[in-house]
Amino acid sequence: MNIGDTAPPFELPSTDGSSHSLDGGPTAVVFTCNHCPYALAWHDRLLAVARDYDGRARVLLINPNDAERYPRDSADAMRERVEGDGGWPAPYLRDESQEVARTFGAKTTPDVFVVDREGRLAYRGAPDSDYEDPSQDAAWLRGALDAVLAGDDAEPAETDPVGCSVKWRQ
Amino acid sequence: MWWEGCPSTARAHELLREALAGEGLDPDGVKLVEIETEGDAERERFVGSPTIRIGGVEVAPVKDEPVGLSCRVYRLRDGSVSPTPDPDDIREAIREAIS
Repeated sequence: MNIGDTAPPFELPSTDGSSHSLDGGPTAVVFTCNHCPYALAWHDRLLAVARDYDGRARVLLINPNDAERYPRDSADAMRERVEGDGGWPAPYLRDESQEVARTFGAKTTPDVFVVDREGRLAYRGAPDSDYEDPSQDAAWLRGALDAVLAGDDAEPAETDPVGCSVKWRQ
Repeated sequence: MWWEGCPSTARAHELLREALAGEGLDPDGVKLVEIETEGDAERERFVGSPTIRIGGVEVAPVKDEPVGLSCRVYRLRDGSVSPTPDPDDIREAIREAIS
């Protein structure tokens, strides 16, 4: 998927059983998982974005990894993680078929896609420039959300996603 | 030991070379072993990439991580999560190996 392309529709279940989809508002779709150190290093920053943009933009966290080979990414393990944290400010969705990850072209966990009000891809890449530096504060993701909320183009609109490869079914 | 599914190999190699040089050892004395299959992982008891052993001893002790092709999660001394070991853990392991 390229910048400006229409994001593919989807509907996925979250850890609490509710279903979530792109609803027309600005949305950050973040492919992530339980077991990747890069996803874990950026996790708190992503949840902070969900809290800070609540009511203005949504964050949807999607785990697409093959849970047969990586049981730590199973639906049960996802639920345990969220419940263990006392809940998250963003839904954690299970892409069991991996179809959503494939249609978005997700490569890594994390891999961030920001979709604007028209459903077009406005940003794709990493949350920020350095998983080791919490002060980066998901700056690229925040910048993209600020841009789509203002009706502007994201700058940068595209960065290289950094993380573990998505674990596809074999 | 490294697996191609993780982008942390170069950084781990760099940290290890820096630590070896810092202890007055040859930074080229690193043997890189690619883990390509689940069978390789089983044979080497590989719990994730990168795994650094000095004199056969893990730089970071293995806890409950399952053997397999994945990216290893390290906990740094400040408590944060990282794809690579804490540099101080690497240095400590080198010192123990040569003492």
